[in-house]
Amino acid sequence: MRDAAQIVLLLVVLSDLAILGTSRLSSCIRGLAAQGLLLGLLPVLIAPQLSVHAVSLALGTVIVKAVVLPWFLAWAIREAAVRREIEPIVGFIASQLLGAFALALAFAIASRLPLPALHQPLLVPVSLATLMIGFIVLTTRRKALVQVVGYLILENGIYLFGLTQTESVPFLIELGVLLDVFVGVFIMGIVVFHINREFDSLDATRLTELTD
Amino acid sequence: MSGSGLIALGILSVVAPALPGIAGKTKSLLTGRRGPPVLQLYADLRKLLGKGAVYSRTTTWLFRAAPVVVLVTLFVAALLLPVDGREASAAFTGDLVAFAGLLALGRFALVLAGLDTGSSFEGLGASREVTIASFAEPALLLCFIALVLATGDLSLSGMLGTPLAAAWPRAGASLSLVGISLFVLLLAENSRVPVDDPATHLELTMIHEVIVLDHSGPDLALILYGSAFKLALFGVLVVSVFVPRAGFSTPAALALLIAGLGVAAVAVGIVESAMARLRLVRVPQLLVGAAALALFATILQLG
Repeated sequence: MRDAAQIVLLLVVLSDLAILGTSRLSSCIRGLAAQGLLLGLLPVLIAPQLSVHAVSLALGTVIVKAVVLPWFLAWAIREAAVRREIEPIVGFIASQLLGAFALALAFAIASRLPLPALHQPLLVPVSLATLMIGFIVLTTRRKALVQVVGYLILENGIYLFGLTQTESVPFLIELGVLLDVFVGVFIMGIVVFHINREFDSLDATRLTELTD
Repeated sequence: MSGSGLIALGILSVVAPALPGIAGKTKSLLTGRRGPPVLQLYADLRKLLGKGAVYSRTTTWLFRAAPVVVLVTLFVAALLLPVDGREASAAFTGDLVAFAGLLALGRFALVLAGLDTGSSFEGLGASREVTIASFAEPALLLCFIALVLATGDLSLSGMLGTPLAAAWPRAGASLSLVGISLFVLLLAENSRVPVDDPATHLELTMIHEVIVLDHSGPDLALILYGSAFKLALFGVLVVSVFVPRAGFSTPAALALLIAGLGVAAVAVGIVESAMARLRLVRVPQLLVGAAALALFATILQLG
């Protein structure tokens, strides 16, 4: 189980890097859905024994992160008729290099953090890397929908960090976080839809030109 | 110096021209065509060797030297690889840099020959080849660094030979990342599909093929054989990483190598029929992705 969890964590990093490198919104969302599925597998793989807590957390994660949110984002790009991130603020090659740098930084920081011994040593560096890569996507893309994807990757990083504490965090709090994220993305989706209707574009930089 | 290493190298140089044939046949069969026979390149080489060479009056000795330099650098590079899966024919500490350098020297000679003809098409191809190589080389060295960290040996002979088999249980995840990255490099370095199309007939879209447009007869034969041998060389790299053969007897290791090369050629054919060529501006991104994979593998070794 430990090896399986390790492979899943590596795949999470690969999906991060893949999302950083694609310009197509639909592949971004597919990458996000794959990441959600991987995150859903983790609680079951990491838990020392199969508990109701771990299984229900896994099920909730898969339903929200791998099915509902990607479906909702896919609906949003269909409604807003945007396909590609044309001109990111930082180019795709540069952002992929930034991602690789973030990865190195995450591993360097994680090895220095005074953490209790974990049964899955990769969990902390991967969560930090996912957090930073989410932040890169959030800050370097222009299209509001990709920024939502960045926010979700950021949240996935926080979720991964939370997994180090699965035994001590009550189930209700985790479900509450999932619900929060869901509602947050739902509201963002509606806002994005209205931005698109108002300005015929999802370019978030245009929002600075708002004048009355 | 080991006898079995030289025998393995000899076998490799004999089977090399079949690899582009296997890739091409796979592509043809998958797209519903019959395709040229697998051994077509052998016939082509024989035909070209029987012909005379034509040299343009604008070319100099650079143009004539290039095919020989390309082939010789590739053979010397092959001496550094443990083709039989145990140890290389020649090995010294840090020979991984020499390996990358020899490949670069061969490419440099070819590019100079292309520029020597004065044709604008060949200049275009030369500039593209060098651009792509400048992205591929860091990725190759990062792959080697990850292998060095995994095995603790600074020569290709040790990295890909006996210590590698011992490293797999410890560092399997990182080694498979290196293998994938090396396969992407195999496609890029040998001008295969997502980077360049070996079957294209339009000079403007060619990269590798356009540099050798002016070569003819035995020179062209050397260059065609050289590209097939380079494909085999990278095939050996990929196969050695995925299937450490140190534990097998020499004949079994060789059989495994040839089977592995066949699988690699089929994989190249599948990639070629499954995806279209990338736009030139997207190629660096693919190679940076491969470098990021290799860097990740390196970080995993350090962490």
